[in-house]
Amino acid sequence: MLTLSLNGVQTDVALESGTIADLVSMLGLVGKRIAIERNGEIVPRSRYATTPVERGDRLEIVGAVGGG
Amino acid sequence: MLPMNAPATPSTLVDPLVIAGTSYRSRLLVGTGKYRDFNETRDAIVASGAEIVTVAIRRTNIGQNANEPSLLDALPPSEFTYLPNSAGCYTADEAVRTLRLGRELLDGHKLCKLEVLGDSTSLFPNVRETLIAAEKLVADGFDVMVYTSDDPIAARELEQIGCVAIMPLASLIGSGMGILNPWNLRLILEQAKLPVLVDAGVGTASDASIAMELGCAGVLMNTAIAKAREPIRMARAMRLAVEAGREAFLAGRMPRKHYEASPSSPTSGLIGS
Repeated sequence: MLTLSLNGVQTDVALESGTIADLVSMLGLVGKRIAIERNGEIVPRSRYATTPVERGDRLEIVGAVGGG
Repeated sequence: MLPMNAPATPSTLVDPLVIAGTSYRSRLLVGTGKYRDFNETRDAIVASGAEIVTVAIRRTNIGQNANEPSLLDALPPSEFTYLPNSAGCYTADEAVRTLRLGRELLDGHKLCKLEVLGDSTSLFPNVRETLIAAEKLVADGFDVMVYTSDDPIAARELEQIGCVAIMPLASLIGSGMGILNPWNLRLILEQAKLPVLVDAGVGTASDASIAMELGCAGVLMNTAIAKAREPIRMARAMRLAVEAGREAFLAGRMPRKHYEASPSSPTSGLIGS
């Protein structure tokens, strides 16, 4: 298990090690229009597969919603 | 992923709204919040004729309803130009982070609406933080349409920073109070070389017409449509009001003649004369 801050919530995820792509898959977000920030830095979609997820990472996963 | 909306061909448009080199047919920009559901959102936006639609960037609901419908299904980015906003941000840093996430979300789309609030009750903009964020975003390659107060000095500084449109409030966000200070809007319009759009405060169609008659390049609204009794009908009213106001501005109104009437019918040839 890895403990991450996921959208501001301390979350245990069932990954020993892995990448952003693994996390996105585990969360059921593959193919969804999302954007991810890891420790304050944008992770481009093209780098999901090569960006590691590590213990204590602060991840923000966002989408577009109605707004003015 | 579909590409973002392709720009319209300028040569085919009469009197287009030009923002950051892209021409738009409609001078009405609309928000996508506060509707009952995505069907109503879509129907209202289609009725409004708007091409540019604002969206908010928010945390996804992790682990919930992976198959729930999304705004992007209702309003495909291939059909509309998305304008991601930083609504709800209270610092320049939060706003910049949010808009960078929006750009990534929309495949590098540079157009954004910067909004940095200063007060959670009035939702009045924090102009100092707005200026700081605008500098960072422009340096980072964004095309920044900026929500601000109706202060002509702030508007001038935002223009000098390199924003692509200045969007002063007409009255408080979501208030529907209309154009409260046309004089300040005129001061901003007279000095600006950029498109100036009224953003926030429009309540009904005549407010949108007044903004356009003042010379605004466009109007951005959300609540006035979404919270009308019949949003789709109001969306149509707003489309017509923006068009009417623009036409009246271009036509040039007659001078106001205080205390001086002028008959429209001939003064001669009356029977019995």
